[in-house]
Amino acid sequence: MDLSAINPVLFIAGFLVAATPLIFAAIGELVVEKSGTLNLGVEGMMITGAICGFAIAVETGSPLLGFVAAAVGGALLSLLFAFLTQITLANQVASGLALTLFGLGLSSLLGQSYVGIKPPRLGDINFGPLADIPVIGPILFTHDIILYLGFLLVAAVWAVLKFTRAGLVLRAVGESHDAAHALGYKVVRIRTLAIMFGGACAGVGGAYISLIRVPQWTEGMTAGVGWIALALVVFASWKPWRLLLGAYLFGGITQLQLNLQGAGVAIPVEYLAMSPYVITIVVLVILSRDKSAAPASLGRTFHAST
Amino acid sequence: MTQTPLLHLAGLTKAYPGVVANDDVSLTIAPGEVHALLGENGAGKSTLVKMIYGLVKPDAGTMEMNGAAFAPPEPRAARAAGVGMVFQHFSLFDALSVAENIALGMEDAPKMSALSRQIREVSETYGLPLSPDRVVGDLSAGERQRVEIIRCLLQEPKLLIMDEPTSVLTPQEVEILFKTLRKLSAEGTAILYISHKLEEIRSLCDAATILRLGKVVGHCTPSETSARDMAEMMVGSALKTPTRAGKTPGDVVLALEGLSAASPSAFGMPLRDITVEVRRGEVLGIGGVAGNGQDELLAALSGEMRTRPGSVRFQGRDVSLLGPNPRRAMGILSAPEERLGHAAVPDMSLTENALLTGAAREGLDRGGMLNWSAARKFAERIIETFDVRTPGPANAARSLSGGNLQKFVIGREVLQRPELLVVNQPTWGVDASAAAAIRQALLDLAENGTAIVVISQDLDELMEISDRFAALNEGRLSPPRPAQGLTVEEIGLMMGGAHGMEVAHV
Repeated sequence: MDLSAINPVLFIAGFLVAATPLIFAAIGELVVEKSGTLNLGVEGMMITGAICGFAIAVETGSPLLGFVAAAVGGALLSLLFAFLTQITLANQVASGLALTLFGLGLSSLLGQSYVGIKPPRLGDINFGPLADIPVIGPILFTHDIILYLGFLLVAAVWAVLKFTRAGLVLRAVGESHDAAHALGYKVVRIRTLAIMFGGACAGVGGAYISLIRVPQWTEGMTAGVGWIALALVVFASWKPWRLLLGAYLFGGITQLQLNLQGAGVAIPVEYLAMSPYVITIVVLVILSRDKSAAPASLGRTFHAST
Repeated sequence: MTQTPLLHLAGLTKAYPGVVANDDVSLTIAPGEVHALLGENGAGKSTLVKMIYGLVKPDAGTMEMNGAAFAPPEPRAARAAGVGMVFQHFSLFDALSVAENIALGMEDAPKMSALSRQIREVSETYGLPLSPDRVVGDLSAGERQRVEIIRCLLQEPKLLIMDEPTSVLTPQEVEILFKTLRKLSAEGTAILYISHKLEEIRSLCDAATILRLGKVVGHCTPSETSARDMAEMMVGSALKTPTRAGKTPGDVVLALEGLSAASPSAFGMPLRDITVEVRRGEVLGIGGVAGNGQDELLAALSGEMRTRPGSVRFQGRDVSLLGPNPRRAMGILSAPEERLGHAAVPDMSLTENALLTGAAREGLDRGGMLNWSAARKFAERIIETFDVRTPGPANAARSLSGGNLQKFVIGREVLQRPELLVVNQPTWGVDASAAAAIRQALLDLAENGTAIVVISQDLDELMEISDRFAALNEGRLSPPRPAQGLTVEEIGLMMGGAHGMEVAHV
């Protein structure tokens, strides 16, 4: 084996790309769970976003329009979940699982005529001379706009939750829907908006896989990233920055094991392939000892009795 | 009085499917008046105040505020009009800080730093010490209530609605609350005070309106009406006070020696070095503010929680390591506080629930096979003896009202002829006549030689039925004292005085 074949600069730049779909899906789910709703349909919304984004990007030739379509697609699918859990008061776990299965099936159907096509490529942002700085330039300044948006989104969610009234109301609804209702906040409306935000984020995350990371369309191509996103939210104790850290860790190990495979390390490929999941979960379990952070109303059905 | 009333309600009616919660209710409150709203559970008090606060829309009738029509479509509008409400439950967020909680209840909350300053000012003005940065989950019940009150006061309300504000306070904390309320009333804020603690109403309120089954059944001036008369107006019939014959306590049935145990729940209170004896035919009343070890004590006695060998003795035998079933077989029965989910399984029928605790002592199973007809007869006997209002034993526990289920849960244990009965909050949420029946049943049981431990937060109840009284405070049990002749002052001190009030005395 030849570890010197791994270029550290390309490796780091690569793991930022690998982490981005996870960042989008997880930060969206974090907002949903902060509002007190558990949406297990992240995987389904991601794959739906992946095909919506892919199809629109191919049809219009504009990858950015593709991302917009992915967000819309993910949000529309999440509306189904919102309807089931907020209006008909269905069980959230069952509805979320159903959403994943439905999303996987729907995306296969929509994607039938897109297999084997190359999507239009989204160019990197031109930072001019910044990109020429040695080491830092290629790592930080050679990416597409969506990757930077992902980072900004984490910062924005953190700031909104911590400093704004809207964030306070969202957290309050997630802590105690009865108390929030008694104070006159519209629990169902706030949760529905949070669910749609989560759907849109998951959609963009999925499209990032099909348009940039891979880039092509194959059935089931999100390959469990949605589930990792769900686990990430819990193990990050619902804290945005810790979530970002976990996503980079996962992305980093994913990238590393690919590089190790390429370098011909004498470890069976299956072990390398599972390593990102195992290591991410182990690290986050160790990090997440403060268990009190879960929103108190998470997963409970709200029914206004008055 | 010739001035315009602050709030005038005329003919308010609100019906829910199957029940008329409010039927033609009229009420007038003057500025600065402290007005009591009295009634049993289900009399419609909560519905009425929810209409004033904009949470519920009346079907008919009008409300006027300062002479102008008043029909708040939502709580926001009611708050804007000067109505503040301190809820009995459900309105604080444990994981948020005091300042965040208060900001959530305000229309245009200022910046957090400015709000913290305002909170400090108001809390000093009204003698309600409170630090804005603390997390609400760590506060005592009295402090939580201060959060709610300050939240209302920051909006400078003209009418403050208080729903059962004293049910979770120590007598000293009640005194502080009353001082604040009198001060507010002197400044012109009207207060609508909901309670069923009649002595408090007599000392605090200027006027009272009594509701029964959704209708106004009377008005009175509390300071000139006896508590008994008010209670009879609420219930609509003469009230029976539990009675007991004199008796001599027998042998020691239960002996706790240095009982210490960690709480099984993360937010619970550990038990610390509890030593006490209970004798045959004796009722030991245990008071204290909720969350001071009541649930843990019940768990240690019922066998849900095992403790150090030697710490719990029953009729001389060490039972510390026995689980609930062997203890039941020996005659140690218990009825926990939480009716739905702890004392009874909500979605199982009353027969099934009767089976769950009665199987061993009533012989309702044989060789693992259930004897359904015997179980049904047992359930029917409970329903009949304790006047449980339900169509029959096949109904789910969940379908019963709180008071009826409580009668069932207590009755189920009483009818199993316990040697030792431990009950937590036996009459919580039960109306006055049913509560009197439950207390009488406990006293009758003691009369026949059962040792009884009653854990309760209702001091009047404990004084009425206990032979000896002790208080739980931070997991420690005060030495028991004869209940007769104890003053409210002494009881308050046994309960640990006013929580978090050190600042006030500086």
